[in-house]
Amino acid sequence: MNYIIGAFKPPCDIFVTFSDERSRKQVPIKKDNGKTAMVPAFQSLETIAGEVSIAPVPGKRLEHTGVKIELLGQIELYFDRGNFYDFTSLVRELDIPGELYERKTYPFEFSTVEMPYETYNGTNVRLRYILKVTIGRNYVGNIVESRDFCVRNYSPVPTINNSIKMEVGIEDCLHIEFEYSKSKYHLKDVIVGKIYFLLVRIKIKNMELEIRRRESTGSGANTYVETETLAKFELMDGAPVRGESIPVRLFLTPYELTPTYRNINNKFSVKYYLNLVLVDEEDRRYFKQQEITMYRLLETPQSS
Amino acid sequence: KIKYVRRTEENTTPASIQAKPAPSGTAHARSNSAPRRRRRGRPDPPHQAARMAAASAAKRMLPDGGADDEERWLAEGIAGVQQNAFYMHRALDSNNLKDALKYSAQMLSELRTSRLSPHKYYELYMRAFDEMRKLEMFFREETRRGSCSVVDLYELVQHAGNVLPRLYLLCTVGSVYIKSKEAPAKDVLKDLVEMCRGIQHPLRGLFLRSYLSQISRDKLPDIGSEYEGDADSINDAVEFVLQNFIEMNKLWVRMQHQGPVREKEKRGKERNELRDLVGKNLHVLSQIEGVDLDMYKETVLPRILEQVVNCKDDLAQFYLMDCIIQVFPDEYHLQTLETLLSAFPQLQPNVDIKTVLSALMDRLSNYAASSPEVLPEFLQVEAFAKFSNAIGKVIEAQPDMPVVGAVTLYVSLLTFTLRVHPDRLDYVDQVLGACVKKLSGKAKLEDSRATKQIVALLSAPLEKYSNIVTALELSNYPRVMDYLDNATTKVMAVVIIQSIMKNTTCISTSDKIEALFDLIKGLIKDMDGAQDDELDEEDFKEEQNSVARLIHMLHNDDHEEMLKILCTVQKHILQGGPKRLTFTVPSLVFSALKLVRRLQGQDGDVTGEDVPATPKKIFQILHQTIEALSCVPSPELALRLYLQCAEAANDCDLEPVAYEFFTQAFILYEEEIADSKAQITAIHLIIGTLQRMNIFGVENRDTLTHKTTGYSAKLLKKPDQCRAVYACSHLFWTDDQDGIMDGERVLLCLKRALRIANAAQQMANATRGSSGSVTLFIEILNKYLYFFEKGIPQITNTVIQDLIELIRTEKQSDNTVADPSTEAFFASTLRYIEFQKQKGGSIGEKYEQIKTT
Repeated sequence: MNYIIGAFKPPCDIFVTFSDERSRKQVPIKKDNGKTAMVPAFQSLETIAGEVSIAPVPGKRLEHTGVKIELLGQIELYFDRGNFYDFTSLVRELDIPGELYERKTYPFEFSTVEMPYETYNGTNVRLRYILKVTIGRNYVGNIVESRDFCVRNYSPVPTINNSIKMEVGIEDCLHIEFEYSKSKYHLKDVIVGKIYFLLVRIKIKNMELEIRRRESTGSGANTYVETETLAKFELMDGAPVRGESIPVRLFLTPYELTPTYRNINNKFSVKYYLNLVLVDEEDRRYFKQQEITMYRLLETPQSS
Repeated sequence: KIKYVRRTEENTTPASIQAKPAPSGTAHARSNSAPRRRRRGRPDPPHQAARMAAASAAKRMLPDGGADDEERWLAEGIAGVQQNAFYMHRALDSNNLKDALKYSAQMLSELRTSRLSPHKYYELYMRAFDEMRKLEMFFREETRRGSCSVVDLYELVQHAGNVLPRLYLLCTVGSVYIKSKEAPAKDVLKDLVEMCRGIQHPLRGLFLRSYLSQISRDKLPDIGSEYEGDADSINDAVEFVLQNFIEMNKLWVRMQHQGPVREKEKRGKERNELRDLVGKNLHVLSQIEGVDLDMYKETVLPRILEQVVNCKDDLAQFYLMDCIIQVFPDEYHLQTLETLLSAFPQLQPNVDIKTVLSALMDRLSNYAASSPEVLPEFLQVEAFAKFSNAIGKVIEAQPDMPVVGAVTLYVSLLTFTLRVHPDRLDYVDQVLGACVKKLSGKAKLEDSRATKQIVALLSAPLEKYSNIVTALELSNYPRVMDYLDNATTKVMAVVIIQSIMKNTTCISTSDKIEALFDLIKGLIKDMDGAQDDELDEEDFKEEQNSVARLIHMLHNDDHEEMLKILCTVQKHILQGGPKRLTFTVPSLVFSALKLVRRLQGQDGDVTGEDVPATPKKIFQILHQTIEALSCVPSPELALRLYLQCAEAANDCDLEPVAYEFFTQAFILYEEEIADSKAQITAIHLIIGTLQRMNIFGVENRDTLTHKTTGYSAKLLKKPDQCRAVYACSHLFWTDDQDGIMDGERVLLCLKRALRIANAAQQMANATRGSSGSVTLFIEILNKYLYFFEKGIPQITNTVIQDLIELIRTEKQSDNTVADPSTEAFFASTLRYIEFQKQKGGSIGEKYEQIKTT
């Protein structure tokens, strides 16, 4: 498409700026080349407005068949790399066909854009939002410039947030009861809970709590599931006896978590699990996994 | 309802974990904004990573290693601490909080080792501890500067992935948090003590909690402390320490039950090294100002005891009970005695309760002794009854307790009651009674320690009351003694007698004496089955001498009672057998004679009345007593005693009695005393006594004197004969007014003596060719002089003059051996005559006629 770029010096420079760029919150996202860049963050139903500035190379005339700007929401599955599935596509015509001699600035505005999904960079899938400016040309290829931005959607505090409580065990060997205070956590939350040992007949060496992310992509026979352990947090050192209760307090801040995504556009899901692992002296691992729901809570200024 | 955990046997899966050598370091790295990049971008110093990888590989090896291995592991651990501390200091110097946290966590990771014994682990812990102080200071500065709020810091350290470093850091920040007063101390403390549950490994847990205890000591929300919160905050402080204590004790106890059985003993030893970590909590509790009596009574003590009883661990129960007793004030113990004591019977059967309980009683009795004003409190709480009760229960609860244990308890109780209730003799008896009960059904004690304790038990009242009379009132006292073996009974008896001697106790009723002799019967008579062969002669003498001394201590001013006493004593000592009688009879005899003399002193009052205590009666007793000596046999002693009695009878005007005694003496002389030397001594004694007798009628006297002179003349050696005979001359001349004054017989005796002396000299001449010394003559001369001065008409100056001449002649004869002492004797005799001449007077006039030159 834009094979000209990189091969020749483009005949013009295109800058896309957001109208509130200075004040808007910037967040880091990972780019294709693996580098992290800071991009402005938006949320659904916000108005995305700004200017596109096109500056032709001085002394050159730029003939075009029209200038447009698109707002695209795309999902890229890595087994099908390069193939973007657009789930959102909005277009604004900026100019009718004509010629450009000098720098020209076009304001644009997409008001109250619905962006239901969050920007996501996973193992097998990527969801991104871009603003794409296209200068249409005959004969030679179009000049295309795109700018990433990030979408983060905040959820209210869930009205129902039950604790997770369960008694598990291996008969005559190990019985424990665990309790996590909530089943839904925001990204800066703290997991608080208790592990209660009802019966211990194995020699436990330690116990840890893992946060695992399960990303499933595709559907049907083509489903890929990738599980990643994001946190390994030792809860207990040594062998407890019957009746001991071990406190759990795990701060989520240090970990790179996202909200739970369920069936995003029928393309992928991201789910989070708490995995309680008991390791015995022969390094055998006994574990129990519980799903937790992650959500993004709007950060209020007074929160510390 | 129970869902089963999937159990996986995949030993391969955790490989990814083990491959990561320093999880705690990485965990902190995760708190960075770009965690993973950082982790990869900033590796640990390469050698460090390699070392830790090696360590984790070694961790999989068997934990069984010699001391060398342990030494090496410790060295590795210390090296690790030092290395990380170095990086930590560098981070601190450059105010790099994140690195400081990272390296401190790595440093603390060294404490995760399971391979060190408590002793070595402590060493490692102390290294880390010193570093943590520096970190704490840094945290404090950091929060003061405002670059990081203490709340944030409190969260930040909890990001550490490994629980042990995390909790050490949390405690450290917690300390800063409390100091900052941004949150109530109680909340922070509660959180810390709760979070520390994460360490269930006994050794590591104990040290972590000890660290917590250490850093929180000066930050408890105690009354008057700057961290004091609302009205209830003292409860929080106590609750915190109690909880930490309980958890530590649990860990400590658990240590015993983990690991292989064959190392049980070793573990017990190791645990003993750690006990002070646990006990320190109790010390902290005792230091809290706000723990007043009510608090102690209502909360602290019941909670501690609950833990102690429930832990069911011998070592812990023993140590902690002792700890409670040592750290809390006596006053508290006194007021909570019931609660405290109720715990003892619930302890494990093998716990050495006696030591602990004794310590408690000792403390309380010291307390009572130190300040007499607290005594009413003891009465109020019925301390004795409670102790007594508790000991009973303990003994019941521990049927396997050796006798020595039980007796030790009773000794302590006795000491306690003696100090606290010196006036309650019934208590003492009660203790002894309880002891008898415990001992009953058992044979005599063989255990030397138990015996020792019983001796202590029995000696205690003696020392306290310094009056055996008190002990004699204790009905159970002799019953306890019955359980002692023979040797110990004797020792005890000697102790009792010594006590009497020391305090010069006067025992004045026959009942008491009966009891006393019952106590010391080991000395009085042969015990059943006693092996006399083993007796040390010296010891025996010592013992019997003390009995003899004891007899002299028995005294009552009332004659009648004194007679009873004598009868009692007699009854007992006559059982003593031949060996003892020689020691004891003289005492009794003289004691009785003393009474006789007292009776005699008030003769006028008592004679004629129908009183049982008459001299006659006493003499009867004496007669029996001395007669007993015949079986010993000890005729010389008996003879002397008879003579003594005769003399006493003389003073009492009891002629027949005196005569009888003399008769006995003569019989002894005739039948028993065969040794010539003994005969000499005896005859002189008889002469001396008889001379003083003045009650005999002419007939009796004649008989006796006749006998005596007869005996004298029959002595074996001539000089002895001579001396006895001239001594007999005194029998015929007494200075008393109505005494006998028979100058004729005096002269007869002296002449006879001269004859014998002469014969002696001739005999010497015949056998040895030299005629011995003239000493006998000089001695006889002296007798002449004596009677001359007395004015016996038959002894004239002519007779004396002749004798002097005779001596002179004898001296000058050729075959007389010159003897300087004889010369001196003669010279001084002559000098005496000269002296009397010069003195003049009636005697001087008499002497005028005698020429000395």
